[in-house]
Amino acid sequence: MSAPIERRKVRTAWLFLAPALGLIGLFFFLPVIAGLLLSLTDFDIYAIGAPETARFVGLRNYAETLSSPLFWQAVKNTFYFVLVGGPLSVLVSLGAALLLHARATRLRSLFRTVYFAPVVTTLVAVAIVWRYLYHPRYGFLNHALGWFGVGPIDWLGDPTWAMPGIILLAVWKNFGYNMLIFAAGLGSISQELYEAAAIDGAGSWQRFRNVTLPGLAPVFLFVGVTTMIGFFQLFAEPYVMTQGGPLRSTTSVVLLMYEEGFRWWRMGIASTMAALLLVITLAGALLQISLRRGERV
Amino acid sequence: MSARLAAVMAVAVITVSLVVTGCRRAEHETETVLHFWGLGREGEVVAELVRDFERENPRIRVEVQQIPWTAAHEKLLTAFVGRSTPDISQLGNTWIPEFVALRALAPLTPWIEQSITVRPEKYFPGIWSTNVVDGTAYGIPWYVDTRLLFYRKDILARAGFPTMPVTWAEWRAAMEATKRIVGADRYAVFLPLNEWAQPVIFGLQNGSPLLADEWSRGAFAEPAFRDAFEFYIDLFRDGLAPPVGNNEIANVYQEFERGYFAMYVTGPWNLGEFKRRLSPEMQGKWATAPIPGPDAAHPGVSLAGGSSLVLFANSPHKEAAWKLIEFLSAPVQERRFYALTGDLPAQIAAWEDSALTGDPNMRAFRDQLLHVVPTPMIPEWEQIAMRVQEKAEMAARGAVPADSALALLDRDVERILEKRRWLLARARESGENTP
Repeated sequence: MSAPIERRKVRTAWLFLAPALGLIGLFFFLPVIAGLLLSLTDFDIYAIGAPETARFVGLRNYAETLSSPLFWQAVKNTFYFVLVGGPLSVLVSLGAALLLHARATRLRSLFRTVYFAPVVTTLVAVAIVWRYLYHPRYGFLNHALGWFGVGPIDWLGDPTWAMPGIILLAVWKNFGYNMLIFAAGLGSISQELYEAAAIDGAGSWQRFRNVTLPGLAPVFLFVGVTTMIGFFQLFAEPYVMTQGGPLRSTTSVVLLMYEEGFRWWRMGIASTMAALLLVITLAGALLQISLRRGERV
Repeated sequence: MSARLAAVMAVAVITVSLVVTGCRRAEHETETVLHFWGLGREGEVVAELVRDFERENPRIRVEVQQIPWTAAHEKLLTAFVGRSTPDISQLGNTWIPEFVALRALAPLTPWIEQSITVRPEKYFPGIWSTNVVDGTAYGIPWYVDTRLLFYRKDILARAGFPTMPVTWAEWRAAMEATKRIVGADRYAVFLPLNEWAQPVIFGLQNGSPLLADEWSRGAFAEPAFRDAFEFYIDLFRDGLAPPVGNNEIANVYQEFERGYFAMYVTGPWNLGEFKRRLSPEMQGKWATAPIPGPDAAHPGVSLAGGSSLVLFANSPHKEAAWKLIEFLSAPVQERRFYALTGDLPAQIAAWEDSALTGDPNMRAFRDQLLHVVPTPMIPEWEQIAMRVQEKAEMAARGAVPADSALALLDRDVERILEKRRWLLARARESGENTP
């Protein structure tokens, strides 16, 4: 009796979903599949002029990429960026959100706008300003460090300092977005819980540990996964600031992929790197989700 | 003034302006718009040069787009794939084989045959040949570039060498003499380890083709290159050259002035930099010289670098574009271009200029430019050059012996050229099949 109604419901649901699924299929799944197929060919500069010269090469691109020291250097750089920059970015976002939440003044929306401004500013413009900040001789950052007796650092020219420089820029540029999400999460924690905790004699640290953090757990999962995925795709910052140097210390996987693809036009190799990055990112996301799940049980 | 007069004037103004705009529209319809892509500083300067061209040719308008060097190669390739290439562009001459392989460039031989300004014999032969693929010219040299020696006359004179030697053996003796007087913490020559040019130049000087079998295999382990490579590596091993790259020397001009090294193999852009950055006392103490060769019979050749002007195959305005190339190639424009940028003119006639002939440091460039040879003209060359730099650096830093560095290099090159070998074999097969 209810089966036809159910079926009609399902059909209606598919109908409503169809446009979205169609778009995702066309602009997401299709390119991914095309990329995977491309990674099995040696599509290169010759193949642009004469497509018939592209050959199916099986897994040769994967073998070549995985045995290339430059690729592993890029993986290492990318992990450095994700593992240091990612948590730092989340912590700064959380700190900013807590500050905004605590000071419930009229200035709150002003600060929210100010902190969010870097997220929507063009990176190329930001990079010009930051290159001045990082300038070894005239930069403000080294000037400020000088007040504490720290000697000048060649931020973008020294292989040891270039990546920290990129991380600092990326954290500053991106923390505003997660801050808004944390702020929303903070707003949704019931005030009664705080009152109940206060009555039970919990101090502000205990309230933060036992009310705020558990209340934010789902937000953490979302923020953690999206930040990680975003940070794995590090590209624009080194591209405009250092071009991957000095001594390849800021070459990320995506930057290397771009070089292979658009500088040498080795599309097969570039697609291979894209596929490998997909695997790495997916593994990272699954790891995070399983960790959170373990926590909640 | 009456209202009527005002009305008459208004009508007059409107009529005149209508006529003028009408004319302009008519003119616009027959106007040819050329799209020109210039790279870096040259792109900025060429906008000034083309104003005169537009005055000479009122029917042609040139739109110059300036592209930074760092993004130029990508942008040109993507433009080709997206079918949005300009009519005419500046192109680094080592990129020409790649764009010819893509069939992106128009052959220029028919135009050259009818030209008076642009004749092969008016250019440095080595530079001209970088524009010719299988007997067809695809680019016209615009400005030229090579590497030679910048050296401290005072230090070399103290070491007993008032003039720069011309053979490797004497050069090496000059370096040893220099090393003896400057001491352990200073060096005779600076050959930056982050550049591929120096080991490649030594190889070319010794007659190495760099690649063998129609440029389909590395020839780096063969004697011609190996001997040159050993000469180069020994300079580091024997403490004559510091095993460092440019980034490890914070400021080459300061170090040159301090006497950290007495000789430096570099390019024409440093002529201006040396004049600007060295102190007044240092001016007159440095000079340029062609790079010494293996022996008296082999002149010391160097790299044939520079930029060319090319015409894109799908341009609908080839005739107008060729006119612009001829205009820019005229010695008078080349001289203006040199005055604006410091880029060395490609036309030999343009060197008959007091600014160029009066400067002894320029004469060395002119002599060197008469002895330049192209690197292998295949799309993969730039990738191979980076491997040469990588392996030379490993050997110079003592990480691997010279001969195993070369074996590794040949192995890498073998892999890079796999596609090229396959294409050559395929072409041979189809050549056999067709009667």
